[in-house]
Amino acid sequence: MSGNHGDGHHSHPESAVALRARALESLLIEKGLTSSEVVDQVISAYEQDVGPHNGAKVVARAWTDPAFKVRLLADGSAAVAELGFGGALIAVVENTPSVHNLVVCTLCSCYPSALLGLPPTWYKSFAYRSRAVIEPRAVLREFGLELPDSVEVRVWDSSSELRYLVLPERPAGTEGLSEEELAALVTRDAMIGVAKVQATAATAGQAAG
Amino acid sequence: MSVQPDRQIADMEGGSALPRKNGELVFDAAWEARVFGMTISMHERQLFAWNEFRDELIDEIGEADRTGSDSTYYERWLEAFEHLLLSKGLISQEELAARLEDFESGRRDDAF
Repeated sequence: MSGNHGDGHHSHPESAVALRARALESLLIEKGLTSSEVVDQVISAYEQDVGPHNGAKVVARAWTDPAFKVRLLADGSAAVAELGFGGALIAVVENTPSVHNLVVCTLCSCYPSALLGLPPTWYKSFAYRSRAVIEPRAVLREFGLELPDSVEVRVWDSSSELRYLVLPERPAGTEGLSEEELAALVTRDAMIGVAKVQATAATAGQAAG
Repeated sequence: MSVQPDRQIADMEGGSALPRKNGELVFDAAWEARVFGMTISMHERQLFAWNEFRDELIDEIGEADRTGSDSTYYERWLEAFEHLLLSKGLISQEELAARLEDFESGRRDDAF
């Protein structure tokens, strides 16, 4: 991937700060302090490896490979290691039409960061940490997720020894999608359990890159 | 060379935390990503320790907040990065000013 972030180089006026950045890069390259290729590689690595991409790949694999799903639910850490992901011990809990799982860390902010990147601010807040256990349905409602009374809500408390990841339900209408297309639908919030996966891409409309 | 994200950079907290959406990094313009990449590439070559840059960034953010500046996160990052390069003697004020003048006047137009 190269620097295709949307603002062109020559065709329209460039902001003063963009020009300043370009002048600086030109100078640093000329002095042999960096190179365009390495800058490209850094951007690409940070864009792809940080964030919920890895978790989304795990979920998409589980949706498309029943044997992997069995292994994932039996031993989360071993199964995610098959995909090349390490990190702390992981337990995966599956959402079904009758069970919805929600993950919290009541003590601090334990989180499967190898799979999901950095936790959102609200995950670390005292309000979420205390209320997710006491009144999970009310918390889910505030996230816009209204669950019928027939659905059992299970709350899992992540710790430094064991972190939980929710395997969301595969949305209806996605039968024809590839594993990669499915992964693009899976959001961080769905893997924490405060949202469901929608059949339309969550990333639609965001900038390229 | 293969670049692996560095947790001390990816997981910076507080005011210096990298802007994100849904956990992913957000760059509002190409130049922001370029400046981010330049900074980290030079840190990877051990031209400076990450703490040295982070301290400059925190100072710059504090200064901008004190003066009520409406500058963006990556504008402050660029300012901090230039300070660090100058204080480390990796570039000089004169060559930076001359290069900027070359770009402003159109004498140079290297593309990213």
